[in-house]
Amino acid sequence: MGRHRRPLFIVGFLIAPVTLYVVFVISPYLQAFQIALTNWRGISANPEYIGFENFARLVDDEVFWEAVRHHGVLLLALPLLTISIALVFAFLLNLGGGVRGGVMSGIWGSKFYRVVFFFPQVLAVAVVGVLFQAIYRPDDSGVLNGALIRLGLEPVGWLTEPSLAFWSILAVMVWQAVGFYVVLFSAGMAAIPGDVFEAAALDGAGRFRLFFSVTLPLLWDTLQVGWVYLGIAAFDGFALVQVLSVDRGGPENATTVLPLEIWKTAFSYTKFGYASAMGVALFFMTITFAALTLRVSRRERIEY
Amino acid sequence: MAVPSKRPRWSPFAALSHAALFVWALLVIIPLLWTFLASFKDNTEIFGDAWTLPGAIRWENWARAWETAHVGRYMLNSVLVVAVSTAGTMLLGSMAAYVLARYRFPGNRLIYYLFVSGMAFPVFLALVPLFFVVDQFGLLNTHTGLVLVYIAYSLPFTVFFLAAFFRTLPASVAEAAMMDGCSHTRTFFQIMLPMARPGLVSIAVFNVLGQWNQYLLPIVLLSGDREKWVITQGIADISTIAGYEADWPGLFAALSMAIFPMLVVYIVFQRQIQSGLTTGAVK
Repeated sequence: MGRHRRPLFIVGFLIAPVTLYVVFVISPYLQAFQIALTNWRGISANPEYIGFENFARLVDDEVFWEAVRHHGVLLLALPLLTISIALVFAFLLNLGGGVRGGVMSGIWGSKFYRVVFFFPQVLAVAVVGVLFQAIYRPDDSGVLNGALIRLGLEPVGWLTEPSLAFWSILAVMVWQAVGFYVVLFSAGMAAIPGDVFEAAALDGAGRFRLFFSVTLPLLWDTLQVGWVYLGIAAFDGFALVQVLSVDRGGPENATTVLPLEIWKTAFSYTKFGYASAMGVALFFMTITFAALTLRVSRRERIEY
Repeated sequence: MAVPSKRPRWSPFAALSHAALFVWALLVIIPLLWTFLASFKDNTEIFGDAWTLPGAIRWENWARAWETAHVGRYMLNSVLVVAVSTAGTMLLGSMAAYVLARYRFPGNRLIYYLFVSGMAFPVFLALVPLFFVVDQFGLLNTHTGLVLVYIAYSLPFTVFFLAAFFRTLPASVAEAAMMDGCSHTRTFFQIMLPMARPGLVSIAVFNVLGQWNQYLLPIVLLSGDREKWVITQGIADISTIAGYEADWPGLFAALSMAIFPMLVVYIVFQRQIQSGLTTGAVK
């Protein structure tokens, strides 16, 4: 019955995936920590160990801190904006119609909205970046400025104004993400038994009470998942900033993010040691965020 | 007493809700529709007022994008790479997940956590060494290299998700098959895999979309050979070289080609795609 073939079978099934994974994923991750301690530059140069010098340089690197600051803002603003918008929409689409025939129902047209809101999610970030170059163009040939000019207003330098460029890019991130979280939260709301809402509605709870006192607490787990996802996304931003921003992270590093700096440092300036040190810094930020979220968001679960 | 069903009446709340939803729908649709319309404009119209319709339907823009700007080539490359790498991810991922979920042996937990830990690491950390590892195998600027890297980086989530799925399948069926003299391998391919179909479909959709939309890995691993570029890379490149004298209508045609097939695919496979993408969150 093939009992003696068991070890052979196990090894046979694991050998290919594990080898591939160790060679292309595990080994590069481990090497990165090592390379971060060298002054490796250029393809042929001989790297030397320089201890923590790269990290010492990072501390004085203004562009690095600029990028870190952007991740900080993203970490707050991206989840906050995306989750609030998505939550309101998910509520309207699933429960906004009130009680009809004894069941909570969505608002009129909710099927259509659900499909449309998800559109941006299936598009590649790079494609979305190119798309928004046209939206944000500085003169009347841009979709936004064209509209402003028609309304008799001054055109805005969405991507060229250093104080505005970052927010313009953040807006695109929210634009793309909302649909996903509407679907995610809808799934969460669908899992809440209908009689909970009915009972609340029967007791005279209005839509606002239904939202804040019933839906939100029962959706806590799903919200937490959404927060973690968006938090992780806040440490990326590479494709969008690389494609959409002026001068890749500009103007004057006003939109740059760490992944972009890592990529530029490694493949444009061929400073491999320094780029890896940035990678290590990024890794510790991500891990810290994950650990903190797990601690903070632990809260009593409501059973139903 | 029966609850009187509230009739959908006009109220400030309803009006506000409809307005909010409608505005967001417009925010999504207008950029996409505008790109589609811009793909029929000529250069003068594109640099004129954004809120005008194209003067004529110029399909030649699309033909130019497909031929001269090589969008056809990039699209084909993407299809090829994603088809092979998703198939590879599903095969290797389900094999590993099955063994890790259903067989007890020394090292099982270690290998499982090795895979799962991959989800916590940012890919940017591995970027520099990965480039040189791929180079050492002589796989830089090859589709083979990109496919292998896609598979490797898709394994953590695929293994994590499928292992959880295989654990939920009843053990009795597999045991009965083994009793009847079915080998471990045959049991897997002919009995367990078909049973795991719903899970496999979700995760396959997830991987297809993720790999199709990948941008970072191609620009790092394929940058040297334009002939091999994938669609995201091609589109981003057209936009960076497109100055005022360049072929802007061609760019918007190319962009439309990248967008609309995805939307059609999404509308057809809505349910699978929505559940495939949100799959990780539901556990």
